[in-house]
Amino acid sequence: MRMRIGLMSGVALATAAVLTVAGCSDSGSDNGTDSGAANQITVYNAQHESLTQEWADAFTAETGIEVELRNGSDTELGNQLVAEGDQSPADVFLTENSPAMTLVENAGLFADVHRDVLDQVPGQYRPSSGKWTGIAARSTVFAYNKDMLPDQLPKSLLDLQDPAWKDRWAASPSGADFQAIVSALLELKGEDATRQWLAGMKENVRTYKGNGTVMKAVNAGEIPGGVIYHYYWFGDQAKTGENSNNVALHYFKNEDPGAFVSVSGGGVLQSSTKQDAAQQFLKFVTGQKGQEVLQTGTSFEYTVGSGVPANPKLVPLAELQAPQVDPAKLNSPQVTELMTEAGLL
Amino acid sequence: MRSGDAATARRPTARPHLPFPLAVAAVIVVAASFIPLGYVMVQSIATGWDTASALLFRPRVRELLSNTVLLVVVTVPICVVLGVLAAWLVERTRVPGAKVWAVLLAVPLAVPAFVNSYSWVTAIPSLGGLRGGVLIATLSYFPLVYIPAAATLRRLDPAVEESARALGVGPWAVFFRVVVPQLRLAIAGGALLVSLHLLAEYGAFVFIRFDTFTTAIFEQYQSTFNGTAATMLAGVLVLLCLTLLVIESVVRGSARYARIGSGAARRAVPAELGWRYSPIVLLFLGVLIAASVGVPVVSVVRWLVIGGSAVWEWDAVASALVQTLGFGIAGAVVTCVVAFPIAWISIRHPGRFSRFLEGGTYISSSLPGIVVALALVTVSIRYLHPLYQSVAVVIAGYALLFLPRALVNLRAGLAQAPVGLEEAAQSLGLSPLSAFVRVTLRLAAPATAAGGALVFLGIVNELTATLLLAPTGTRTLSMQFWSLSSEIDYAGAAPYALIMIVLSLPMTYVLFSQSKKVAGL
Repeated sequence: MRMRIGLMSGVALATAAVLTVAGCSDSGSDNGTDSGAANQITVYNAQHESLTQEWADAFTAETGIEVELRNGSDTELGNQLVAEGDQSPADVFLTENSPAMTLVENAGLFADVHRDVLDQVPGQYRPSSGKWTGIAARSTVFAYNKDMLPDQLPKSLLDLQDPAWKDRWAASPSGADFQAIVSALLELKGEDATRQWLAGMKENVRTYKGNGTVMKAVNAGEIPGGVIYHYYWFGDQAKTGENSNNVALHYFKNEDPGAFVSVSGGGVLQSSTKQDAAQQFLKFVTGQKGQEVLQTGTSFEYTVGSGVPANPKLVPLAELQAPQVDPAKLNSPQVTELMTEAGLL
Repeated sequence: MRSGDAATARRPTARPHLPFPLAVAAVIVVAASFIPLGYVMVQSIATGWDTASALLFRPRVRELLSNTVLLVVVTVPICVVLGVLAAWLVERTRVPGAKVWAVLLAVPLAVPAFVNSYSWVTAIPSLGGLRGGVLIATLSYFPLVYIPAAATLRRLDPAVEESARALGVGPWAVFFRVVVPQLRLAIAGGALLVSLHLLAEYGAFVFIRFDTFTTAIFEQYQSTFNGTAATMLAGVLVLLCLTLLVIESVVRGSARYARIGSGAARRAVPAELGWRYSPIVLLFLGVLIAASVGVPVVSVVRWLVIGGSAVWEWDAVASALVQTLGFGIAGAVVTCVVAFPIAWISIRHPGRFSRFLEGGTYISSSLPGIVVALALVTVSIRYLHPLYQSVAVVIAGYALLFLPRALVNLRAGLAQAPVGLEEAAQSLGLSPLSAFVRVTLRLAAPATAAGGALVFLGIVNELTATLLLAPTGTRTLSMQFWSLSSEIDYAGAAPYALIMIVLSLPMTYVLFSQSKKVAGL
C-alpha cells in the first residue's frame, strides 16, 4: 500500500510539474500564429532587455496589451525570423542596430509601418522603404583608460589595424553592435578595405564578450582602449561608476567610420495576426512617452522621434559629425562572412 | 581471482521472450537520440565539400582545435590525480575528519561551472586563457573522478593488497601496481565524463575569454541563428566527442574487475598519517575545498551583501525558481520513463540487441547541449512546426542529453531486483504485472530516484540548450543568471547563483550516497 501511495504522489508531482512548465510558457510558446490571447503580443527583442522591458511595462499600463519578450541578439533573431518565415510567432521585432532589420526586410517579412508611426521619426533615422523605423540611436566611441592613453588616441577607426595597436585595443566581435560598425565600414570604404582592416584587427584585438565587459577591462587597466558604443559609459557613471571611473570617451567625428551612429530598428511582421496591437506598440515606442523613456531612463541611448531631445548629459547627435549611411544599405550576412573569414567568429 | 560465472547461473533457464511494445519503445528512444548526430551529418553532406572545407580548414578552426584539445589534455590528468588522491586520502587514511572531507569533496558538483567562473573572475579579474580554463574546469569537475574512485576504493578487497605486501612489495608499489589498476574503470569513466563536460561547457569559458568549439558555435549561432559555419564547427565537436568515447573504451579494456563468488570485501585498515603528514594532507584538502567551494560561496555572498535587498526582485526570482523546478522535475520524470525500456532490456534480455541500444543512447547523449539544441531547433522549425518553441522540445532536449544518467541508475536498480523474487511473487498468486509493480519496481525505486535526481541536477545547471530551445517568456535560474552577469550586473546575478547552488546540494548528496551502491556493479 505504501508503494502505491508513493507512486501516486510521484505521478501527481510529475503532472503538477508538467502543468507548471506548460503554464509558464503557454502564453507565447504555442505556434502563436493563430492562438494566444488577442490582447497580447510577442516581441522578438534584440534591444537591451531592461530598456524594452521598460517600454513594454509602460505600454501595457497604457493599453492593457501584454507584451511577451523573446530575447536574443540582432542577427540571431533576424535570421531566426527568416527561418521561421510566415509561421513566425513574432509580432514585432526590435533590434539594437539596423543590419538585422534589413535582413528581415529583404526576406519580405515586414508589413508596412503605419504612416502615423513613420511621421513621428525624421527621415534620416529610418529606411526610405518604410518597412521598419528607427526607434533609438547609439554612437560608436573609442573608450580608453585615462592613465594608459593620455594623448595618443587613434585619429580614425582605420588606425586600429596598424601593428602599433597590437594588444592595445579590445572589442566584442560576436556582438551585433560591433558587427553594425563593421557593416558601416563596409558601406563606406568597400569590401577590400574592410577585409584588410579585419585582418589587422584579428592581429591586434583582444576579444571580450559584450561591450560592458570591454569597458570593464579598459577600466581595470587590462587593456588601454576598446571600441564600444557611448551609453555603456553613461549608464555606469549614472550608477556607481565602478566600471568606468578610469575610462574616458573619444569620439572620432570627421565623418570617420568610427563616428558611425547606429540606428536601432523596430518593425511589424507581415505574418502577425495582431497587426493593430503591433503597430500600436511601435507607435508607442517612437511616440513621446516611449522616447521619454530614452530621455529620462537609464539606457542613455539617443532619442530619434517625436521631437523629444536626448538626455542632456549626452554629446548632442548633431555634434558627432557622423558619416552619412543609409541604414537600409547595411548588410549583415556579408559582414558575418567577412568576419568569419578573418577568424574573428 | 576465482573463476566461475555467477551471472549465467542466476539467469532463469527458460528465457521469457522480449515484450514487443517494450522493444519498439526502446528503438524509438534510441532513434530519437540519433537526431543530433544525424542532423550534423546530413547538414555537412548538404553543405558540399567546397564550402565545408573552406569553413573547416581555416586558421580559426585550428585555433579552436588547439585550445580545446589542450584544455582536455591538461585538465583531465590533473582531475584524475586530484580525484584519486583525494579519494585515497579520505577512504584509506586516518586523516582527521575523513567523513566530513568525503562529503565536502563532492560538493563542488553543486556549484555550476559558470558560477564558479563568475566567482573567480570577481576575485582575479585578469584570469583568462588556457590557464584560467584549466583552473576553473579542474575545480568544477574533479569530483567526477573523485566520487567513483572513492566508491571503488571503499569496496576493493584489501586481501589483494595484503597478499602483495606479504609477497614483499613496498607500499608505493602496492598503490601503483595493485590499487590503481583496480581503479581503472572508475578513472576511465570519470575522465570520460570530465572530458565530455569540457567539450560541452560554455558559460564558464566565456567569462574568462577562453574560446573552445562550444563557445565559438554559440557565437556563430548568435551571428547567424543557424548558419553553415556553426554546423561545421558542431561537426568537428562531434568528432572530438566520438574520439573520446573510443579512447575510453580502449582504456577500459576487457579485463574483469568484479569480485566473483560469495562473501563481501572487508573494509581496508586505514593507513596512519602520523603527525608529519597529517598537516600536509589537511592543507591539501583544505586548499582544494577552499578553491572549489569557498571561492564561489564567498563571492556570491559578497555580491549579495553589496547588492543588498535591491537585488532580490522577488517576482522574477520566484518565477525563475518555479520554472526551473518545473523543467527539472518534468525533465527528470520523462527521462526516467524513456530510459526504462532500455534499462529493462539490458538487464533482463542482455545480448546484442541490448548492447546496440545502450551504445546508441550513449553515443548521442555524449554530444554537447549546443549541438543537440541546434539540431532540435532545425528539426522542429522545419518538420515539426507545431512543436517549435514548445516545452515539449525543451524536455526532449533534456531527455536526450541526460538519458545515460537515468539509464546507469535504472540498470543498477533493476539488477538489484532479481527475477527470482518476481517469479516467487507470481507463484504466490500475483499477476505478472502486479508482481512487477509490487516487487521489482519497488526495489528499483531508490535507484530510479537517484537517476532522476541526477537528471534534475543536470537540468538546473544547463545553459546553452535552454537558451536555444526555451519557449518565449521562459526565464530559468540559469538564464536569469546568465542574462544579468552578461550585462556585468554581478550583484543582480548573485541571488540566482545562490539558489542554483542550494537547489543542487541535496541532489549532489544523493549522487554521492548512491555512488556507493552503483560502484560494485
